[in-house]
Amino acid sequence: MPETPTEPRTRRRLDMSSPVVWAASALLVLLVFNAVVNPGFFALRIQDGHLFGSPVDVLKNVAPTLLIAVGMTLVIATRGIDLSVGAVLAISGAVSFTIIDGSSDPTSPATAAVAIGTALAVGLVLGAWNGFLVSVVGIQPIIATLVLMTAGRGLAMLVTDGQIITAENPAFDWLGGGFVLGLPAQVVLTLLVLLVVAALTRRTALGTLIEAVGTNPEAARLAGVRSRSITWTVYVFVAFTAAVAGLMTNANVSAADANRAGLFIELDAILAVVIGGTSLAGGRYSLTGTVLGALILQTLTTTTLTMGVPDEYVRLFKAVVIIAVFLLQAPRIRAALGRRRRSARTSTSPAVPVPAVEGDDVRPLTPASSAEPADATAAEPTTTDQGALR
Amino acid sequence: MTATDSATGTAPAPAPERPDRSLGQAAYAWLRRTDTGSSTFSVLVTALLLVVLFGAGTLRYENFGYPQVALNLLVDNAHLIVLAVGMTFVILTGGIDLSSGAVVALSTVIAASLLQKGWAAPLVIVLVLATGTLLGWAMGAAVHHLQLQPFIVTLAGMFLARGLCFVISEPSIPIRDDLFTGLAQNVIELPGNTYLTYGVLIALVVVAIAVYVLHRTRFGRTVYAIGGNEQSAGLMGLAVGRTKVAVYAISGFCSALGGLLFSLYILSGWSLHAIGMELDAIAAVVIGGTLLTGGSGLVVGSLLGVLVLGTIQSLISFDGGLSSWWTKITIGVLLLVFVVVQRLSTRSSR
Amino acid sequence: MSTAAPRPAAAPVVEMSGITIEFPGVRALDGVGLRLFPGEVHALMGENGAGKSTLIKALTGVYRYDSGTVTVDGVEQQFATPADAQAAGISTVYQEVNLCPNLTVTENVVLGREPRKRGSIDRRASRERTRRVLAELNLDLDPGSILGRHPIALQQLVAIARAVDTDAKVLVLDEPTSSLDAGEVAELFRVVRTLRDRGVAILFVSHFLDQVYEISDRMTVLRNGRLVAEHRTAELPRLQLVQEMIGRELSTLEHLEREPAHEAPADAVPRLRARGLGRTGAIAPTDLDVHAGRVTGLAGLLGSGRTELTRLLFGADRASSGTVEVDGRPVKLRTPRTAIAEGIAFCSEDRKGEGVVGDLTVRDNVLLALQARRGWLRRIPTKQGDELVAKYIKALDIRPAHPDALIRNLSGGNQQKVLLARWLLTEPRLLLLDEPTRGIDIGAKAQIQALVSQLASEGMSVVFVSAELEEVLRISDRITVLRDHRTVADVDGSTATLDSVVDLIASGGDRA
Repeated sequence: MPETPTEPRTRRRLDMSSPVVWAASALLVLLVFNAVVNPGFFALRIQDGHLFGSPVDVLKNVAPTLLIAVGMTLVIATRGIDLSVGAVLAISGAVSFTIIDGSSDPTSPATAAVAIGTALAVGLVLGAWNGFLVSVVGIQPIIATLVLMTAGRGLAMLVTDGQIITAENPAFDWLGGGFVLGLPAQVVLTLLVLLVVAALTRRTALGTLIEAVGTNPEAARLAGVRSRSITWTVYVFVAFTAAVAGLMTNANVSAADANRAGLFIELDAILAVVIGGTSLAGGRYSLTGTVLGALILQTLTTTTLTMGVPDEYVRLFKAVVIIAVFLLQAPRIRAALGRRRRSARTSTSPAVPVPAVEGDDVRPLTPASSAEPADATAAEPTTTDQGALR
Repeated sequence: MTATDSATGTAPAPAPERPDRSLGQAAYAWLRRTDTGSSTFSVLVTALLLVVLFGAGTLRYENFGYPQVALNLLVDNAHLIVLAVGMTFVILTGGIDLSSGAVVALSTVIAASLLQKGWAAPLVIVLVLATGTLLGWAMGAAVHHLQLQPFIVTLAGMFLARGLCFVISEPSIPIRDDLFTGLAQNVIELPGNTYLTYGVLIALVVVAIAVYVLHRTRFGRTVYAIGGNEQSAGLMGLAVGRTKVAVYAISGFCSALGGLLFSLYILSGWSLHAIGMELDAIAAVVIGGTLLTGGSGLVVGSLLGVLVLGTIQSLISFDGGLSSWWTKITIGVLLLVFVVVQRLSTRSSR
Repeated sequence: MSTAAPRPAAAPVVEMSGITIEFPGVRALDGVGLRLFPGEVHALMGENGAGKSTLIKALTGVYRYDSGTVTVDGVEQQFATPADAQAAGISTVYQEVNLCPNLTVTENVVLGREPRKRGSIDRRASRERTRRVLAELNLDLDPGSILGRHPIALQQLVAIARAVDTDAKVLVLDEPTSSLDAGEVAELFRVVRTLRDRGVAILFVSHFLDQVYEISDRMTVLRNGRLVAEHRTAELPRLQLVQEMIGRELSTLEHLEREPAHEAPADAVPRLRARGLGRTGAIAPTDLDVHAGRVTGLAGLLGSGRTELTRLLFGADRASSGTVEVDGRPVKLRTPRTAIAEGIAFCSEDRKGEGVVGDLTVRDNVLLALQARRGWLRRIPTKQGDELVAKYIKALDIRPAHPDALIRNLSGGNQQKVLLARWLLTEPRLLLLDEPTRGIDIGAKAQIQALVSQLASEGMSVVFVSAELEEVLRISDRITVLRDHRTVADVDGSTATLDSVVDLIASGGDRA
């Protein structure tokens, strides 16, 4: 997203190498396929002033995952990852329902406000904890967030005392089942967060600085970027999105199940980000890609279900698609594709820059070079037998 | 730096020949090396933690001290021990395997469904083990040859394995095969009215083999070398690629074997078995003192790590007042402590 | 030492001839030859970019060469991997020790070649073999200790022990002494001599002239990927060596056009005053004054400590001793941010690793430092940013003049200009430039030199580091000469000549 305003419109026309274009095409293919196989797929009907239909279902079901995926995008852009979002989601739900359940006036809007506020605050604290471990203590993100992933569900059950808490609070339930202008509240809320993030990263310099930290941490440090506080901020933010998602999913079923709520949602969110073309190696990110990635995953599920594919094949089908996407993103395979594209371009454009190779400074064996996929491989001397050394 | 600095004198005499060290000298040398950063020290800490936890249980709950309680740690966690052994190989090279829980489930489902169809048990066992190994090998090949991150590759493997589970059978299938039920129900009687299961025996054999392979074969030392510095290992002429692929194959094999032991333990195959078991295995490995960055750690540590997790579980089940979720919280806290301490110790030694 | 001169009658153990290696756009080696005889220490000399490392990598199987031959003991070889080269008896000890710090000394010596008994590793035999090798080298080390616990110097000796254990005929030492102290170097040289006397051919690369003269019997000089000459060390005066490495006849350099010296009141408080500033293992305590409106050049060979000193002035590395004053105020340069707040800017010599943010556009790269100083919340307004970027693209002649091009697609010279623009935007009062003109074409180089002069005349202080002495001489008002991690002289830029500076570098200031 932050890159869009600065990209020259002329060059943007249809860059087939862009992963966002790939993701968009994949989604398009899926939608067209649906339209052909199941003409009723796009049928929308209005009932009680609210929209219903498969597309609305897709949007509603994707909302919590997408919300978290948006936060995850920023974390991944800084070369990080957050495994604990599922646990944070469960804790957020548990906290809010426990407050409503224990309140003297469980149905009042004030109670809902307290519950929501507390749950979000808890989310922020948990995010700050993850951020502290990663940016200050310097623990690898996978491991730092693994701690909360493991302990978090225990904490959620501690809050709910191991019970599935059900509570009815009209104001709170609106988060899960309410409608705004005929659209599910979940969808509207997610869109809202998405817009805020897009604005925040585009209207401020946050997006650029995140990308700088993720692309070249040392260069960012030497340029005076406050890498530590930026890293910290993204972990707080992703936990915030997880807390909001926790409120939505639990409100949707009017119950907090500390054991099951948000199970595997961290993996879905990471998948959405990666399918959207943001590399796990950090750097350039695309919120548009993440939205597309999340929609692809959800549409895939809905498609297989509406097609009447037996339920048990859905997971396998998804796994195969995901593996295909990962394989397409493999540095080796990308480099092979890129080489073909590059050589085609060389013949047309004389302005292809020559990578500066500086005698003694050629260090193609440093591990760092493998972190920069396409460019680094292209700049490496072809005479080197890299394979033998890896 | 350590005491060895004194060895860099400017006028070194020829090193004295010490062909046969006495036991005392060897013990002294070992102790001198066992400082706070070494893997033996980490294992000692884990062992101490195990003793303290178990001791606390014995003091607090009157039946906790029975020998069978201790043996049940092994009986209840045989599958996890095998899983942790495979995970140790992968983590020692600096990788990770998120697929092992799903492979356990896949193994139980394959075994249960084939046995239900009347296949011969030995054939089923071979097939299950081959499937797990093949899946692990494929993931290792993707990690090495395609240079994908282990996290992503094994995540995809996890989805694939779970997906296959559902295709084979969604509902839980009971196992009624004679060999399986026989292995599950017959126990090895031990003196003092105690017993062990055959699963425990298998798990301990796996641990022994792993110790041998890691410490007494070139392959094992290459595993450590890769974890220490992969680039150096390549420049030293070691078979880095082959070894990296092999550790994932080993982890896949161990997951499949763990799955078989797990199916003996609960005599059913179900797609939703062993959800999150890979996290337990990783936690056990970390608590056992293995560095997640690779290159340092012992299989015995992972065994102790599993037993620590098991002890926490028994403590909580013995205490009627403590609820089951305290297990997760305690494991998380332990994980945190070990990770932070590891981080601080590696930071200071550099 | 050099009495153990090569016996020209003996056949060389390694003979490389006509080695050519091309990287995309660059011919890194052009028909280079090298002969190594048994029982000699052979120094490979050359400045940055001369092709030393590339030649070593060609010999040790890391790179494949495009043409030429390598013969070992008269047999032509083409090594595909380092393992192949090792099997042929060529072992290498790299600057950054390429062993496994997590394993024991014994394992690092025998790894991959462990003695085995009935299929499993015979640990006792491994230990004995290691002990024997260590004893041969007169090293008293516990074979069972963990390698990473030892100082780098000892780790390096273990790497040599590993080479000895392979019965290497040729031992390549690639800058083994760059992070060792005097005592450790002496220990290393003792081992090297032991091996030489046993008939091993040793290829030695170092930037320390004293060490080269102390240990080597012969040397090969490279420059710009070409062979300059092969000499007996005893017959080669230092001055001639430096001239050959730098590549100019001194007489022709006298007539270099000089930039006018920038005026500066010598009595004023210096903009930056460093006293005893040093960092253990990188640079000995150094005094340095940088005045407003003047260019201070740091001259010295690669590895002399010029980069290390510059990094300390920016807080990129933390100093272990000394004080820094800016405009007479004591400041603590703990991080780059504190230095930036003092108006200091720094262009690293490692453009790719520490300068450009490859995934970002030229625009974002130009604005990065200014934006970082403003914090993420106060984004530079689009219009203002566009104007600034456009201004500097024009002023510095950055091509393509496209703010939205990805910086990684620019040539080295243009990347460097972008980095300069990044810092000029912050309006620094002290600009630290480490090798700003390395690896970029002549045109861009001249532009950058002119820019530096202009900035200084406008009142900016500049610290200019370059491997090219002419450049330093031409640009600097004051030149600090470094050698072997310490300052050896401080000379006036207007009176210094290439002769005098080369002499200072070669002699270490003893004769100055």
